Amino acid sequence: MLPEAADAMCRHLVIAGNASSLHATGRSARRTVEESRETIAQALGARPSEVIFTSGGTEADNLAVKGMFWSRRAQDSRRTRILASAIEHHAVLDCVEWLATHQGAQPVWLDVDDEGRVHPETVRAAIDEDPDSVALVSVMWANNEVGTVQPVAEIARIAHEYGIPVHSDAVQAVGQVPVDFTASGLDALSFTGHKIGGPLGVGVLIAGRALNLTPVLHGGGQERDVRSGTLDTPAIVGLAAAVSIATAAQPELAADLALLRDDLVERVSAAVPEAILNGDRALSLDSRLPGNAHFSFPGCEGDALLMLLDARGVECSTGSACTAGVARPSHVLLAMGASEELARATLRFSLGHTSSKSDVDALLAVLPPAVERARRAGQVSARR
Amino acid sequence: MKVLAAMSGGVDSAVAAARAVEAGHDVTGVHLALSKSPQSYRTGARGCCTIEDARDARRAADVLGIPFYVWDLAERFDEDVVQDFLAEYAAGRTPNPCLRCNERIKFTAVLDKALALGFDAVCTGHYARLVEGPDGVELHRAVDPGKDQSYVLGVLTAEQLRRALFPLGDTPKGEVRAEAARRGLQVAEKPDSHDICFIADGDTAGFLHRALDNVVGDAGGDIVDADGNKLGEHDGVYAFTVGQRRGLRIGTPAPDGRPRYVLDVSPATRTVTVGSAAQLDVLGLAGVRPRWCGSPPSEAIECSVQLRAHGEPVPAVVRLIGDELDVELRAPARGVAPGQAVVVYDGTRVVGSATIDRTRR
Repeated sequence: MLPEAADAMCRHLVIAGNASSLHATGRSARRTVEESRETIAQALGARPSEVIFTSGGTEADNLAVKGMFWSRRAQDSRRTRILASAIEHHAVLDCVEWLATHQGAQPVWLDVDDEGRVHPETVRAAIDEDPDSVALVSVMWANNEVGTVQPVAEIARIAHEYGIPVHSDAVQAVGQVPVDFTASGLDALSFTGHKIGGPLGVGVLIAGRALNLTPVLHGGGQERDVRSGTLDTPAIVGLAAAVSIATAAQPELAADLALLRDDLVERVSAAVPEAILNGDRALSLDSRLPGNAHFSFPGCEGDALLMLLDARGVECSTGSACTAGVARPSHVLLAMGASEELARATLRFSLGHTSSKSDVDALLAVLPPAVERARRAGQVSARR
Repeated sequence: MKVLAAMSGGVDSAVAAARAVEAGHDVTGVHLALSKSPQSYRTGARGCCTIEDARDARRAADVLGIPFYVWDLAERFDEDVVQDFLAEYAAGRTPNPCLRCNERIKFTAVLDKALALGFDAVCTGHYARLVEGPDGVELHRAVDPGKDQSYVLGVLTAEQLRRALFPLGDTPKGEVRAEAARRGLQVAEKPDSHDICFIADGDTAGFLHRALDNVVGDAGGDIVDADGNKLGEHDGVYAFTVGQRRGLRIGTPAPDGRPRYVLDVSPATRTVTVGSAAQLDVLGLAGVRPRWCGSPPSEAIECSVQLRAHGEPVPAVVRLIGDELDVELRAPARGVAPGQAVVVYDGTRVVGSATIDRTRR
């Protein structure tokens, strides 16, 4: 966590006060919350009244997808289609699946190209099949695995031609690429605290004032009558501090990270020539998260590589795991057209504000032997 | 040594891993995901393949401060253990899936992968002892006779045993639980697992019916005596195993009024043969696919044999004839079923094993 965010949070942890109460400490808490809301709104090009505090990115995505679906369908029962990219995070993916199973929604999974990008024409074609039946469109701002930045403003513009609202999960984007809610034209945008140096357990759904949302959590209606639950003032203060620092530092951080990342990509490709760079290959600041490097290592299992690197002090990630912890082939790579084998053979290296050239040096020192070893293990597993 | 500790989520493998850590090894915990569709919670005391078990294993690894991973072996487990189990029953034999799992999963699939990844050994919570003998490592019975698992490890070769660690072989089970509590492991009071892990409800006959009825048709048929006289009918041969007494439901009692037992199960003819306890007595047997912990014996050896899990040792003379193991029992044994393993012991030491192919009465 950023020290400024931790400090702000700690100062408020010892102050009692419910922002919904009318007495003096309540008023004080409310003032703190509203100032935080204004800070966040300003940093992200939104109006304060558009900021809805949640418990994190997952809740924000749930509120956006379910809330938009329910309200749009209530207005017109034909609106059952949900257009979402095939590479969404599970917080969106599983919402859509749940709505399909239990609420009669019809998911339309938008194809991506081999760099993991949704083309605006794909969205238009999907809408054109039956514009009146579309409840909403949801396309993430940037993919969490391969880092591809999506043309969300273009997608929003197209959807709005048909009067269809658009949500974007921007959990990976805030602090990494410029994010301006109003300029994007989006109707709803989710992000979370812990991805930008803020606290865990707090996030935001920015919802345009014209957007109708049916609540997911019912109760006191604290947030615009759309989200209930006593507000976590200390976490919100910490989040606001993190957002303002992360967005102010974004241009410089992105430039630094991109340099470091380009060096990492070049050196990994040289040291392990068969490694396949996944995602946007141009590595440009507009089209890929600056701190993201994502590879497939043919013949290796991602989780074996992760274990070998972890044992040598390098922390990285594979795709996702099921509840029991079993690694699964990445749905993102599969959607990009990779084979199941390559979709299992992936590693993501994420760079952040604490990363340095010596981290990349350390990785390169251990990666080639780890790949060699993981490949042998892969051969053993494949041999019967 | 770099040690891979297989952690089921139970108390034994947790304490085994703890002891490996304490012995100074560089230990990494791995939970083997063996079920393709794991249940959320344990029901009763069966199995080790629920999500709750994976969490228990992770919690124990966290207490020990070791890295922890889940390895997905569901496909291999299904091919090598579950399908083998079904094929054996379909052929009228009584397989031991735990033994098959040790042979093909824990000490082949897991061990091979571990070695390739740079580990030196695989550690499990089995109750058996590894002793350095004059000719290399020897597998011995555990000191706790109630928990001894050397029988289900008897298929391992010397090469596999050299890469194994069984830290619990010297300790009675009760002490292992106490040690788990002392070490702050939450699984100290977790019940032992019993029965077959992939049959969650414990209904083996029902499981076999569901899996095999499509393959070999409705398996109902006759119950006959040793001379072939029909005594009754049954709903399916899979409910029967050699030596079984309960569930025969024969209307007419035996002439001598004594209980009757299953002598033979023949899926091909759907016949279950029953007889008296005396007719169950087996005097000798032939085993196939012999495995030796060291070099194969060149002549007949005096030894004891164990013929099923938790069975009593029986004095015997065994000799290798071609690629078959011939076993002459010094005392008659009962409940000897083809498909089970015959494990050969010299005192507490495992000499080798084979799969029982046919018996002599």
